[in-house]
This record gives sequence, structure tokens and C-alpha cells, in this order.
Amino acid sequence: MSDLENFRRETRAWLEANCPPEMRRPMTSESDTYWGGRNAKFSSEPQRVWFERMRDKGWTVPDWPKEYGGGGLAPAEHKVLREEMAAMGARSPLSSFGIWMLGPALLKYGNEAQKKEHLPKIAAGLIRWCQGYSEPNAGSDLASLQTRADSDGDDYIINGQKIWTSYANYADWIFCLVRTDPTAKKHDGISFILFDMASKGVSTKPILLISGYSPFCETFFDNVRVPKSHVVGQVNRGWDVAKYLLQHERAMISGTGERGIGRPLGQVAADSVGSDDSGRLDDAMLRSQVAAFDIDEAAFAAVAERAIDLAKAGQSHPAFSSAMKYYGTELNKRRHEILMSAGGIDALEWESERSRGGARPRAWLRTKANSIEGGTSEVMLGIVAKRILDLPGA
Amino acid sequence: MALVLTEEQSMLRDSARGLISDKAPVSHLRSLRDSKDETGFSRDLWKAFAEMGFSGLLVPENFGGSGLGYVEAGVVMEEIGRTLMPSPFLSTAVLAASALARGGNEAQKSAHLPDIADGSLLAALAIDEGAKHRPLQTNLQAVRAGNGFKLNGAKALVVDGHTADLLIVAGRTGGAAGERNGLTLFLVDPKAKGVAIERTVMVDAHNAARIEFSNVEVNADGVLGEVDQGGALLEGVLNIGRGAVASEMVGLSEEVFGRTVTYLKERKQFGKLIGEFQALQHRAAQLYIDIEITRAAVLKALQTLDLDFDHAGAAVSVAKARAGTTATLAVQEGVQMHGGMGMTDQFDIGFFMKRARVCQELFGDSNYHADQLARMKSY
Repeated sequence: MSDLENFRRETRAWLEANCPPEMRRPMTSESDTYWGGRNAKFSSEPQRVWFERMRDKGWTVPDWPKEYGGGGLAPAEHKVLREEMAAMGARSPLSSFGIWMLGPALLKYGNEAQKKEHLPKIAAGLIRWCQGYSEPNAGSDLASLQTRADSDGDDYIINGQKIWTSYANYADWIFCLVRTDPTAKKHDGISFILFDMASKGVSTKPILLISGYSPFCETFFDNVRVPKSHVVGQVNRGWDVAKYLLQHERAMISGTGERGIGRPLGQVAADSVGSDDSGRLDDAMLRSQVAAFDIDEAAFAAVAERAIDLAKAGQSHPAFSSAMKYYGTELNKRRHEILMSAGGIDALEWESERSRGGARPRAWLRTKANSIEGGTSEVMLGIVAKRILDLPGA
Repeated sequence: MALVLTEEQSMLRDSARGLISDKAPVSHLRSLRDSKDETGFSRDLWKAFAEMGFSGLLVPENFGGSGLGYVEAGVVMEEIGRTLMPSPFLSTAVLAASALARGGNEAQKSAHLPDIADGSLLAALAIDEGAKHRPLQTNLQAVRAGNGFKLNGAKALVVDGHTADLLIVAGRTGGAAGERNGLTLFLVDPKAKGVAIERTVMVDAHNAARIEFSNVEVNADGVLGEVDQGGALLEGVLNIGRGAVASEMVGLSEEVFGRTVTYLKERKQFGKLIGEFQALQHRAAQLYIDIEITRAAVLKALQTLDLDFDHAGAAVSVAKARAGTTATLAVQEGVQMHGGMGMTDQFDIGFFMKRARVCQELFGDSNYHADQLARMKSY
């Protein structure tokens, strides 16, 4: 038996023995996601047990080096772990922008002190991070950001405003793009800096969205003092870090949605629409929409798998995450349009217990942001046209 | 298994590409069409294919082949798709070789597989009867007579049926149209009494035939697999064909797309390269993404056929459906973005459009396979 087959057998046995049955069911609400952080609370005992067992094995970040709190798994082992977790429907033990976005950027651009300081706390779910990128006048044109960091001895003094800062009101620290050289060209005067959200001068204000939820905030910086040692990478070269991190963010957003977990979409639709005498979804047009969706979804799962394997083989294009982000988010929007159509008038309730507080329409509305956040679909297509297809003048 | 080609598979691709792009560029198809060639493909080239081992790619080693897998067959089909090379590869090396290898008894395998491997035997699979691919609706009657069967009925879209030395025919020995039970596959000599073959000149200048069977006698040893139980064998062979045609469509789509992107970088209007216009850039980017996703889905299907054949149906339907819609989009965008040039016969793009239309219909179009997937998922 090969080492990898051995690893698969051991992994499966360990997951069987350690993943509580409650943690193998599809998530149904926000509180099913554990985000960690200074003020974190577990929503259930199984959630705590599952998180702690995975943390102790380093499997909140299976592929990070062991010295930084990771599991030290090789890419092939990491794939096996993902497959085995997916096969039993195991939930992710820890959701974290630290894991998905900052971690990879620190591993590539951080100095040793920064890695030692921050990565283990991310892996252990001790610090919850948020992302300070967009500003009121810097959305798709992110590099035109205006938040300033003025030099003052060993510190910077930061002033400005960020927007669409996900969960800023719950976050402990922020990774933030600031302008350190206002005289340079717009991509050249930006630095990537880390600071504590408890610093004097930081305030947040949640934004109420069409879903009725407030996952995003406006974040204000009023003379916030941050040591210069908190800059990641070179001063004024923050755009490199920002772009690298965006690739990971896009890969993360492209995976939005509950691919292949739970009951097939067509059966969920049949629950509300009904079935005809031969047992088929009793709305031929909706059935064909679902089938077309399922074809594209299965194909997208294949390309996601292939993207990882290509990266492992050193054959991937760095801009391909933009292609994935575009397609994955448009697909997720389609899924929720189908769910709304299938639910009919039952999917229109906003507040009842019967509708779990309007979970379906709120989730549907939430997905509309998928093709905006982390770079709009139009920006993604522009990147593909320019960087992959090499089309002129893009 | 990683969803990328192995080193050996990449080498196979390179050697297939070398041969095909050298000996059979699109102009090869064009000249066969223009000269109304009676064979419709080059027998010399098929000999070269055999010498390279391609004709015996799926033939087991003990019958003179190389015993490779469906991923490898797909690799060759993709290269065929790039230049639209007409060849018996699909009919003989993929479909017939698979049907014989999977369903044949020792005598049948020894009689035919070595000849397929060395390129001396051409074979064709006769399935479809109506306008659309509905294998379970097979209605060609096969009635027991003496030691064997008597066949009556007609088949359409028999790929390479006009040159076949051996026909593999789906007939009904029991059950009613629409039922899986009662299907049987037969090996039929095209020269047998009562077989009438009409070569059909197709829109894509590839080769197919309509075949009528009137009281055609087939011996009991002409039954491939088991009487009445041929449904599973047939479905398996069709899945292989679907994976192969999906690969051809990936190659075709990528080639059309490559030519189109090149044109966007050359053609000037309004004092600009037309590739500078965002309306075209975004459509080109969408098509690129579509092709990449389809490529992954097709490779997934072929790998699943190799690793878990009996459970490959869903992955195959996903691949064939995706490949059909992607190729349809690729050729339409190809013609549109080439403008008036795309409408001329002198330009190659039209050949790709015509071939894509035929590939859509072969072994079930995108709608057929979307419906199949819905049935597999019980909705």
C-alpha cells in the first residue's frame, strides 16, 4: 500500500472517530460558522469539540508549515484530507480571512518575526482578521485609494476611510492598504500594513444591506498610530502583496456556495413544486434550468479540482483565479435564482419561523454581492482578456 | 488521480499533434470534399495511424494493441478535432474496438481485434434510427430463425458505414421500444444478403451512411455479448463514444478560439485593433473560461471511464453536454468575430461550425444529456 493510501486510511479513521455527527450536516445558519477571535463564542458543544480537535492536529490550516501552527501536509495529502472531509460532509472547523487571505500573503511576503507573531494565532483561531481594501471612491479602481499613512518617527499616522470591510465590527486586527507616498503613481505609493482594531482612532459602522443583514462595515481611521514594523513586504510595494492576496480572495469567493453537499437541487425544487406521475419535477421548464445548472456546476467542480492540480504541477496561470471567480460567482447567483423560482410564494416570506426568518430570500439577495466583491465580474473578464488572452489595450 | 495529463499522455498528444497537423491540416478535409473523394478519408493516413499504434490504442495487448485507456483515446480525438481530420479512428479504433473488447467472446476478439490494431479492418457502429439519438427506442427487429436471427429495419448516421468491413448493429430481440431489456448487438457482414448501404454526404464533409436491413441472416455466433442483455454493453460503448466526441469538440473549440483571438489582434476598424473593444474582449474572455471548464469536465469523464467505468454515466453526460454547448458557442463567436470573412467558404471557420453541429448530434446532444443527468439525480 502506498504512503498516500495509508494516509487516506488513517485520515478517514481519524475523521470518523473525531468529527461529531452534528458537524457532518449541512450548515443552515450563520451561527454554524465558527470564526474564532478574541470574543468568539461557540454556538454548540460539538462545534467547540470539532474545532479544538482539528486545531490540535494543525488541520485548521492543513498545508501550512508545522512551525506556524499548520499541519505540514504535502499538496497530495491535503487533497486527500479535503476529499475525505467532503465525503463525510464534515464542516470546516474554522472560517477565517486570516486563513484564506492574509496567511498566504504573509507566508510569501512576511518577515520571520511577522510570520511567527501572526500565523500561529490565525491557525489557533485566536485572532480574527478583516480586510481594509475598498474605499468610497476606490471600488473596481482599487489602486486609486486615498487612506493616508504619514511618517512620524518609527510610526505611521493613518487617516481615512474604508468601506465594505467584512465583519470589521467583530474583527481583532485589520490588514490594510494605505498610501505611503502620495506623490508616486497610483500603483506605486501603496503599502500593506497590519494593525489592531482596538487601536485608538479606529471606529466601525455596520451597513444595512438588501438582505437585511450587515456583514459589511464602514471603517474610519482618525490619527491611528501604527509601528512601521507592521508593514508587510517593502514600503510602497504594497500593490504586489495586495494583488497576490486578491488571487487567494478570488479563489475563495469562487468556491462560494454549497457544491455537491446535501440534497440535489432538483430534489429540493421538487419538494416545493411537486413531482409528476413518473416521479419527475413537475415543471418541465424549471427542470431543464436545474439540469443545465447541474451540468455547469459539475463541470465547475472539475475545473476547481484541475486548477489545484495544475498549480501543483506548476502549469497554472496566475490570473486564472479571476476566471474561477467570474464563473463561480455567476453560478452561485444562478443557483439562488433557481431556488427562489422553485420556492415560489413560500420563498417570499421574510420573517416567519416557518421560513427560518426568511433564510432563502436573504441568502438569494446575499449572492448578488458575489459578482461585485473581490473584483466585479467585469473586472475579472478584463483581467482574463488582458493577462491570459493578451488582447491589446485592455 | 490528478486532473492533468501525465507525462506519457502529453507525449502521446505531441506525437498525435505532429502527425495530424503535418499530414492532415484543414486543407486535407477541404480537398477530399472538393474532389468528392469516394472514400472520404485517406487510407494512406490510416496506415500511418496504425503504424503509430493509434488504431490499436484501445485494443488489449494480447490482441496486438497497446491496451491504453480512454484518456489516451481522448487525447488523440482532441488532436483530430483541431484539424477536423476525417478518419476511421472514432468508428473503428474507439467504438468497434471497445464493443469487441468489452462484449466479445474469445473467438470474436481473436477474429477482429488484431485486424483493427494493424489497421486492416474498418468497422462501424449502427445505432440510431430516428432523427434524434434515442438508443432505447431501437426498433430494428431481430427475430430468431434457425440457428441465428433475421434482421429487419434501418439505421441512420452510421459513422463510416460506407467503408466498413464489419458492422456492429443494435437490434431488438425482445421487449418494446423504450425498454432496455431486449436489446442485442450483432456483428454483421456488410456484404451479407439484404444489407443496403447508402453513403450520406453530410454537412461537415465527414463520412456516414444510412443502412437498410431486409431479412438479413445472422448466425448465432454473430451475437456480441448476450441476447436481450445488450443494453448495458451498448450504453458502455456509447459512453466511450460520448467521451471521445466530447474530446474532439474540446480540440475543435480551442482551435476555433485560437484562430479568433489571433484575428482580434490583427483586424483593424475605426483605426483600432478590434481586440481593443471591450464588447469583444469580454465575450472572448467568457469563451476562454467556458472552454477551460469544459476541458476539465471532459478529462474528468475520461478518467472516470478509466477508473470506475460502471459509474461514469453522470460524468460522461456532463462532459458531452458541456462540450456541445461550448463548441456551439465557440463556432458562433468564431464566425461572428470574423465578420464577413467568417461567412466565406474560402475561410476555414465554416468547416468547424459544420463539424460542431454533427458532433452535437452524435450520441446525444446537450439537451439529451442534461435530461439524462436529471434522471440520474431523480428529478
